Amino acid sequence: MMPKTALLLGALGATAALVAIVPQAPSAGAVNPAAIQIDNFHYSPAMLVVAPGTTVTWTNDDDSPHSVREKDGKFKSAALDTDDKFSQTFTAPGEYEYFCSIHPYMTGKIVVKPAGS
Amino acid sequence: MADHDEGGLGKKASINRRGLLKCMAWAGTGVLWSVSGGVPRSLGLLGEAAAAEQKSGGFTFLQISDSHVGFDKPANPNALGTFQEAIAKINAMPTPPAFIIHTGDITHLSKDKEFDDADQAMKALKQKVYVIPGEHDVADADNGKAYLDRYGKGTKGKGWYSFDYGGAHFIALINVFNFEPGFKSAGLAKLGDEQLEWMEKDVKGLSASAPIVVLAHLPLWTVYQEWGWGTEDAPRALGYLKRFGSVTVLNGHIHQIQQKVEGNLSFHTARSTAFPQPAPGSAPAPGPMKVPAEELHSVLGVRTVNYVPGKSPLALVETPLGA
Repeated sequence: MMPKTALLLGALGATAALVAIVPQAPSAGAVNPAAIQIDNFHYSPAMLVVAPGTTVTWTNDDDSPHSVREKDGKFKSAALDTDDKFSQTFTAPGEYEYFCSIHPYMTGKIVVKPAGS
Repeated sequence: MADHDEGGLGKKASINRRGLLKCMAWAGTGVLWSVSGGVPRSLGLLGEAAAAEQKSGGFTFLQISDSHVGFDKPANPNALGTFQEAIAKINAMPTPPAFIIHTGDITHLSKDKEFDDADQAMKALKQKVYVIPGEHDVADADNGKAYLDRYGKGTKGKGWYSFDYGGAHFIALINVFNFEPGFKSAGLAKLGDEQLEWMEKDVKGLSASAPIVVLAHLPLWTVYQEWGWGTEDAPRALGYLKRFGSVTVLNGHIHQIQQKVEGNLSFHTARSTAFPQPAPGSAPAPGPMKVPAEELHSVLGVRTVNYVPGKSPLALVETPLGA
């Protein structure tokens, strides 16, 4: 009995670890997803460094709606209600500062640069 | 800032829970305003305002704000319902106000369905409704197209306008476009040069004795910079109004009553008809504040304003939905 349970847990642990590793696996040409939570009127993390080609997804965890708007209008979301998501794929290296058009004191930054640079 | 203290409510931010809930009693229905002798002021009770108005031959108008139609979270699962309740209360007033102003955040997410529902609810009002947008009304991906298509006709620029009623001059300002993102600044609202230039011309020919009433969604004074509760270029707008004997500024946005008087300028924020928000700095962030269901109606309200030609100021009456 005991050995079987331990074996099962071990197998689950291995599966979970595998799943957790996949999104970060650096494979050429793959789209690497990255996530930003909007929580308590903050983007978390407020600054995120990603490789070119990464798709960043913002999820609003607040009861208040928020938006994601690049300061020069390079990308912008509509108002995101609770649990709504917005995704943007970053191809060109550079720094992208964004803010919430509903609560403009909320700001964040995406830095796009090739891995190892 | 001076807190609203009529009816024994709203003692300055002493943040025990009871005190906060008392403050929150100002978060919600609408506000009755009386314009008398050029100076708007709030009245104690709806009935008193109506009586004063009848005696004097002045008029009353009513402010509703922050209806957030479409909001359905725990802080108020039916914001459309409480908005309809506020409207029913207005329609039941013994002396109907001359007109209604809605100081923004009509909808929660700028969706067509929300605007449709809000319009349908406001159709029950017998009076003309003057509206301005809140930031929630221009949060569509097209930067306010949904609002302007619906309410922008006959307005200037991005929706601003002015009108006269009973000897008073009303200026409806928009401070929900042109936000200054908070990278290096406080992230406050802005009126913008185009609107300010229009405003300067708009008031130029007016007699200094004309009572001025300014409407804007975000406060035209900085209530709390950390939460963006202020308007960066408001001092310029207020500068154009310095020569007037009576200037009353009516705002929404913060879902609670705050008041401030500076010489001939008086500033007032209104309650929401949808949900209260925390007092400045009393919570980690602004946003819908959940109160026990049985207390919700006491923190939502409308405001009536009574204008009486003569010497007394405009009178404001705050009425909670639960009253």
